Amino acid sequence: MEHTNEMTLIFDSRPVNEGLARVTAASFLTQLNPTLEEVADVKTAVSEAVTNCIIHGYEGEVHKIRMDLKLAGGDLFVDITDHGTGIADVKKAMEPLYTTKPDKDRSGMGFTFMEAFMDEITVESAPGKGTCVRMKKTIRR
Amino acid sequence: MNEKNEYELDGTSLTVHLPAEVDHPVSDSVRKLSDRIMGRNYIRTMIFDFKGTCFMDSSGIGLLMGRYRALGMKKGCVKAVNVNGHIHRILQLSGVHRYIEIQRNQEEGEE
Repeated sequence: MEHTNEMTLIFDSRPVNEGLARVTAASFLTQLNPTLEEVADVKTAVSEAVTNCIIHGYEGEVHKIRMDLKLAGGDLFVDITDHGTGIADVKKAMEPLYTTKPDKDRSGMGFTFMEAFMDEITVESAPGKGTCVRMKKTIRR
Repeated sequence: MNEKNEYELDGTSLTVHLPAEVDHPVSDSVRKLSDRIMGRNYIRTMIFDFKGTCFMDSSGIGLLMGRYRALGMKKGCVKAVNVNGHIHRILQLSGVHRYIEIQRNQEEGEE
């Protein structure tokens, strides 16, 4: 049977927890013996997804963010979920440089980085219900 | 961040020595502090020193481009120095290398 390992982290949508989320994901991933570059890729993608929950999903209000991590074979699965405002047009939101908050110096590159650094990404979202970003990265050894 | 050690003013040039991880909260605090310094002094160029930095996400890109706009979008008004491999990739991927002068970390050399 294929070896799997799972964990879940639930935390407040405070900016200080962005570091906690990416360090947790990086630390969990070490079981697959990733390269430094693969670790940096995952940390960046997690940081982008969690930042989106805080800035856009909950718009600065403090609620819970959930991060599910799963290792299966040589793959890492990361699901990051909020129950905030949701995204009306996911395709538009994922366009490079598109941001609803340019005044806050947001670059609009969050989803672009997640797509570039992970092997797969799907976004499920409904206005008023929240957003779930599902990502997969294969560790190549 | 400690304003005295991390921010260096030399004439009209402001150097910011960035911390280990440049994410959303760090970008916000660098923006606020540099705004305050720019309100008191005439600044023409900003140099971001990534010597001690190993991680950056898209919030850092927003910070760099925001400062580029604040300084009038002139050629060479924002520089990123001592960047490592990961940060170099982020800068290239986002396209900011077209606006911002980038200098690699010397010890790391070519990759």
